[in-house]
Amino acid sequence: MSSVAYKQADYKSDVKPIWCPGCGDYHVLMSFGRAFAQLGLPPEQIAVISGIGCSSRIPAYTNCYGFHGVHGRSLALAAGLKVTRPDLTVVVASGDGDGYSIGGNHFLHACRRNIDMTYVVMDNHIYGMTKGQPSPTTEPEFDTALSPGGTRVRPFHPLVVALASGANFIARCFSGDPNQTADVLAEAIKHPGFSFIEILSPCVTFRPDEKAWKDQVHPAPVTETSDQGKAARRLMTDDGFNIGILYRGTRTPYQPAAGATNIDLSELEKDFEL
Amino acid sequence: MSKTAGAPKVANLNDLLAVAYQIEIDAVDRYKLLADQMETHNNPDLVKIFRDLARAEGIHGEEIRRMAGDFDVAARAREIAKFEKSESPEEADLGSAHYMMTPWHALQLSLAGEERALAYFTSIVENTKDPKVKTLAAELVEEEAEHVQLVHRLLQRYPKPSQNWADDLDPPVSQE
Amino acid sequence: MAASRSISIAIIGSGGAGALTTVDSLLETAAAAGWQGLFTRTMGPQIRGGEAAGLLRLAVDPVESLPDRFDLMIGIDWLNAHRFGAEIKAGNQTLVISDPRGGDLPPMVTQSGARVVEIAMKEMAKAIPDGRPNMIALGIAGRLLGFTVEQAFAPIAKRLADKGPAAIEASLAGIKVGFGAAAGIDFGVQLAAPKPSKVRRWLLSGNEATALGAIRGGIRFAAAYPITPATEILEWLAPNLTKVGGTLLQAEDELAAINMIIGASYGGTPALTATSGPGLSLMIEALGLATSAEIPIVVVDVMRGGPSTGIPTKSEQGDLNIAIYGMHGDAPHLVLAPQSVGDCVFTTQWATYLAEALQAPAIILSDQFMGQSRAAIERPADVAFIGARSIASEISGPYMRHAMTANGVSPMAIPGTRGGQYTADGLTHSERATPTSGAADHLAQLDKRRDKLDRFNFGDHWASVEGAGDLAVITWGSLTGAAREAIALAAADGIDARMVAPRLLAPVLPERMAAALAGVKRILVVEQTHGGQFNKFLRAHYDLPAPVRVFNRPGPLPITAGEIHRAIAVWR
Repeated sequence: MSSVAYKQADYKSDVKPIWCPGCGDYHVLMSFGRAFAQLGLPPEQIAVISGIGCSSRIPAYTNCYGFHGVHGRSLALAAGLKVTRPDLTVVVASGDGDGYSIGGNHFLHACRRNIDMTYVVMDNHIYGMTKGQPSPTTEPEFDTALSPGGTRVRPFHPLVVALASGANFIARCFSGDPNQTADVLAEAIKHPGFSFIEILSPCVTFRPDEKAWKDQVHPAPVTETSDQGKAARRLMTDDGFNIGILYRGTRTPYQPAAGATNIDLSELEKDFEL
Repeated sequence: MSKTAGAPKVANLNDLLAVAYQIEIDAVDRYKLLADQMETHNNPDLVKIFRDLARAEGIHGEEIRRMAGDFDVAARAREIAKFEKSESPEEADLGSAHYMMTPWHALQLSLAGEERALAYFTSIVENTKDPKVKTLAAELVEEEAEHVQLVHRLLQRYPKPSQNWADDLDPPVSQE
Repeated sequence: MAASRSISIAIIGSGGAGALTTVDSLLETAAAAGWQGLFTRTMGPQIRGGEAAGLLRLAVDPVESLPDRFDLMIGIDWLNAHRFGAEIKAGNQTLVISDPRGGDLPPMVTQSGARVVEIAMKEMAKAIPDGRPNMIALGIAGRLLGFTVEQAFAPIAKRLADKGPAAIEASLAGIKVGFGAAAGIDFGVQLAAPKPSKVRRWLLSGNEATALGAIRGGIRFAAAYPITPATEILEWLAPNLTKVGGTLLQAEDELAAINMIIGASYGGTPALTATSGPGLSLMIEALGLATSAEIPIVVVDVMRGGPSTGIPTKSEQGDLNIAIYGMHGDAPHLVLAPQSVGDCVFTTQWATYLAEALQAPAIILSDQFMGQSRAAIERPADVAFIGARSIASEISGPYMRHAMTANGVSPMAIPGTRGGQYTADGLTHSERATPTSGAADHLAQLDKRRDKLDRFNFGDHWASVEGAGDLAVITWGSLTGAAREAIALAAADGIDARMVAPRLLAPVLPERMAAALAGVKRILVVEQTHGGQFNKFLRAHYDLPAPVRVFNRPGPLPITAGEIHRAIAVWR
């Protein structure tokens, strides 16, 4: 359980966030620190990997190792890091545009691959960095400059996709409850394999309506399950505001076996010798 | 959900001191964060207000630490002073922050925090069986009530802004 | 009969005739006997059963290019062989062995004046239980090249070891029948005796050589997404990386592959991926990230015909532009090109070393011709280039990931190092790696990333500079061997020419190029592109001190030594 060695503040860098005041991502940053402190993880043993978008700014605001990469590819970058450095705790941060749209394919394969890492998507149902275009989770009727009158396209259901693709831990959190988010994040980090947490994180600038989320979210009226069928039914009929750990799988994480390191390279040349 | 659900259990006087201390420290951190946000978003009046609030809460925290004498309130606080179901009572609501917020808004946040703290200590007075805890909790209630009054007095200086306080004629800036 | 220093054979067949296996085993036989050799293939677009031709050149000296004319051509059948017409040339000295039931002779034979001898290979194979016509062809070729039955059979016996005695018997019988059928034929060409070799000899493809060079240079992680003609690099690495404590991860696409290697390298593990033009196109954005964040990575592009899907199975040098200029913004990085199958070992090893030393991405431009050719060569020498990154291990005070230093390289903190925490970023950043949009930081970091390449001493490996004539042939990549041979042919005519073939394409080294071209009166640029990309690249970055002619042609036709020789000869 909780270690006294680290405080939330130990995971905060001196870089000041550029997020809009009121943004849910401030809370998520806080939850990161609380979860890491709870687990007693030394900051230098954590790598926070991200892509592009408001949420992807988070690594530089932590005092961990970080990588703010290109749009949509954080999971791939994190996979390369984790298989070569299994000693590190790898947390990937993304948003609904970065993670579900441009990075959608990597999401499927990261779930399938089940490398031991934690994937946190701060979902605000909008592209904030580019001034409010619809994302894969935007409601079909939501009016934007790019989609006058709404997209008329069904939103993506990330939790169902994660389950179908093989994610080993699935949860939904609300940014406005940073303690619970921290607890779930700590559970996700501890759980072996690929853990996915969707965090509803309101965008105060382009989705002021999302301020109402704090009254809409509610604890999931069910206990967590490891039964995929049960989880599938649960997630398919979910109202989008159930908060908590919704699925905890039992798959063995993928970690390539470490080979010998003391071999003489001339061994490899034998393939070629006449 | 009651205002004190998931609040830390206070078993004795030292626990109460630890929790009271932590509440002040949490408030300091939160006001500093809000001050930083306002600094980043070029709202200097609010930077000053949030820094002043942080300083004031810090002084309260130090007072409690002194009251505890040799007892390490900070260490005890890390062990027990966790609010499971809500934020710490005096933590201003981050979700209510706005880059163009006015002193009135800041004081509303502060008021809400003081009222939550008042409610929390009141519930301890009402529920504890330990007379020492009851005495100290009652003092803390009194103090929080004074703070509430103080914020009300300050609010007379800063009337509620007009409906258009958040109007920004410039469009948002596209990044990345 | 005069002994020739080089001899070339093409074996053609379709629909599973086994032409490629036949040629590959001939190469092994010749290599075992001490000759040098190069085996390339040309194929139709079918996955199985397509028309295929194995092209083999054996020689006393190292072989790095194809001949203008083949000395021996064996058509097991000629179905759709006309599709290779332009790539496989016969002449009036060529001996063509043709199966009378193998279809009409293609124009490349009928129009060449070649001598045609008919042998009913299919018929002969039928007479042997489980017999195959390609074994008859192997026997014919083995006899004409002067091998014994045992020599010709040895590689086949090895290949069929797990197929059971009946298959082995059938093959041996076929080879013997082929030997008998060729008994009365006067080939008219004989390969001169091989030179005794002082070093061990290898038989490998350019792609295998590239993979070995990567491991020698220190690569311990590879991300893999299959693409022709690069996949063999990844397939060789998969088992062999594990043997040296490394890891290979199959990616879902090239976007993932490049980001995986960036992640691995960020974590301290030298990392590589291999691809071809379409994959490189997808990787470009992340190559810019690696440049900005100063993460060393190695990307091998085994070039094929382009643009778009182009000709996946055939060679071209058309990816030069994207490799040099592909990234948006000013993004100095390394671009290197190996010059032969054997040089794939060195160049990949050196590229890995440079990437690690300079904390910059390196793109290696190999090509299908080198990558998928198998060559019998002398073992490439061991070189000392092993990737050694400047690491920040003891950190006190704020860690400056992108600190300004004399050589422009900043010690890199590897995750796990206390006090070294930083966020690698594609955003313009300060020395501390903190995002900024300020003009001063932007300029400082652009300068730094340029200067670290410009200030580095790349030494003599930057190019192959050979000869001293006043005509310079400037070429690159797999054309180097053909150019070298062309210059030797010109020397026999009394024309002195020199060759300058840069192995390092970026950064450019104007002083070294000026020295290499000192005294030159004429310049012949040779490249396998349609648009003359290399010529334009040279003119953009180098002062060429003399009139320039360009011999450029797109793939898939190989540019031969004979063609370059003629281009030299006509420019007196």
